[in-house]
Amino acid sequence: MARGKPVRWHIAVFLAPAVLVYTALMIIPLFGTLGQSLFNKGGEGGVDFVGLANFATLFGDPRWSEAFWNALGNNLWFFLIHMLVQNPIGIALAAILSTPRLRMAAFYRTAIFIPTILSFVIVGFVWKLILSPIWGIAPGMLDAVGLKSLFAPWLGREEYALTTLALISVWQFVGIPMMLIYAALLNIPDEVLEAAEMDGITGMSQFWKIKLPLILPSIGIISILTFVGNFNAFDLIYVAQGALAGPDFSTDILGTFLYRTFFGFQLQLGDPYMGSAIAGAMFAIILFGVCVYLWGIQTRLRRYQF
Amino acid sequence: MAKARLSPVRTIAAHAVLITYTIIALFPVFVIVVNSFKSRRAIFAEPLALPWPEHFDLVGYQTVLRQGDFFLYFQNSMIVTVVSLFFVLLFGAMAAFALSEYRFRGNTLMGLYLALGIMIPIRLGTVAILQIMVEGGLVNTLTALILVYTAQGLPLAVFILSEFMRTVSDDLKNAGRIDGLSEYRIFFTLVLPLVRPAMATVAVFTMIPIWNDLWFPLILAPSEATKTITLGSQVFIGQFVTNWNAVLAALSLAILPVLVLYLVFSRQLIRGITAGAVK
Repeated sequence: MARGKPVRWHIAVFLAPAVLVYTALMIIPLFGTLGQSLFNKGGEGGVDFVGLANFATLFGDPRWSEAFWNALGNNLWFFLIHMLVQNPIGIALAAILSTPRLRMAAFYRTAIFIPTILSFVIVGFVWKLILSPIWGIAPGMLDAVGLKSLFAPWLGREEYALTTLALISVWQFVGIPMMLIYAALLNIPDEVLEAAEMDGITGMSQFWKIKLPLILPSIGIISILTFVGNFNAFDLIYVAQGALAGPDFSTDILGTFLYRTFFGFQLQLGDPYMGSAIAGAMFAIILFGVCVYLWGIQTRLRRYQF
Repeated sequence: MAKARLSPVRTIAAHAVLITYTIIALFPVFVIVVNSFKSRRAIFAEPLALPWPEHFDLVGYQTVLRQGDFFLYFQNSMIVTVVSLFFVLLFGAMAAFALSEYRFRGNTLMGLYLALGIMIPIRLGTVAILQIMVEGGLVNTLTALILVYTAQGLPLAVFILSEFMRTVSDDLKNAGRIDGLSEYRIFFTLVLPLVRPAMATVAVFTMIPIWNDLWFPLILAPSEATKTITLGSQVFIGQFVTNWNAVLAALSLAILPVLVLYLVFSRQLIRGITAGAVK
């Protein structure tokens, strides 16, 4: 900003409201929490600075580390299912929806997005009802097509529960990648597609060769949003399985682990200091993912200005 | 552009895929709404049957309307969601414009600073937020929720909107500058209309978590006068867990408003996208 140039006040005016609200209500409280992870209860009811001792306990002490690694492993599986199921389905639906002159496209788009607008309270409850062996819509339907033997109380079995919940979450959120990719596909100018057709590139190969490279930035965005969303997930597990993430912690992810530690459950009292340490670990994991995205992926993508 | 691009087989396949997925998406909602109109016995005997006259029963809805103050809850949710959404979109677009349009010292740093909030759940700071609200005397007010949700929505809004604003043609903005428009006019009259599809997308994505949030209403505004509809229905389900008629009716009533709200915005979304501003 060398001499002679006027101060560009408009930049400050544009930035100020967002930065102020965001700093006061998000950054300051968050760093308060991170700071708290470096403290623990001291003698005589005081609070001592303990450095990284809480993290050493979390990763090393068997009472904590077992639960932590279990939650982290479950969380990775949860994320993997979203990446392998939710995002491909979302992209495929968006590609089909963006077919020119498809009838009822608006209806499909609106309908497929509806699960995303439902609250976790509703989603957790309705899937518990459908999958319940007692009320039995799922067993009844499998019976009708002669596959009753395939039915199991999926939410109640250790080996299936986490995958089932991940698929419920995929069902709920598939609308988000669909909408973002759909908007990106519509923003591809007609001239580009017409030029492709002139060259005889149509149908599937048009999607793979022309459209997919152009929507890669959007795919990058949905990947990082999925990562962040999954590693912050909490509500669905809480609503469907409770804070104990049963059966036998098989659906425990970092969010529920944090909640239990922070607020306590049953007879165990809440521990804000260890809770803050878990929050700090989640923060580090997510920060790592976002850095991979920003420096590994985003900088290599080409952005096209039409 | 008038030529037919698709063979009939492809069109039929496309519809088949979309119809299948639509059924998967809507089936659970259908189950809740249909069963909420049936008698208790019919809910268990024939969960998939439509509420024909012999099963038809409104007892669930009667229980709900006697018990909860659903209209007040709905009004609270409405105020919180709409006001937060307004601030998120306005402040978010302004900041996104500053970041994507101007080169200034600290631009990248500011972008990263604002993007930080996408990845950290604001919930991690709940205890400190509660302290702030207690000091400010804002506990049990809708203002507390609006402030928190505005902060929560801003990072994603700035991130998505600045991605889209980078694709707005520079020539257009420079033409505006040559015509003597101020930077504010360029933002409000040239750029904002062009990123309308992105604004609609951000609106939908911001609105949903706010409307459905259980956490902050429970901690910051649990009083009867400030309960949101999500909190209200959660409390109700807890109290009536064995009364299936009432629970299903409460769930249907909780779905209805957000569905209407979504359909209203969805039309906006479709118009925004198909008007294809950028083209």
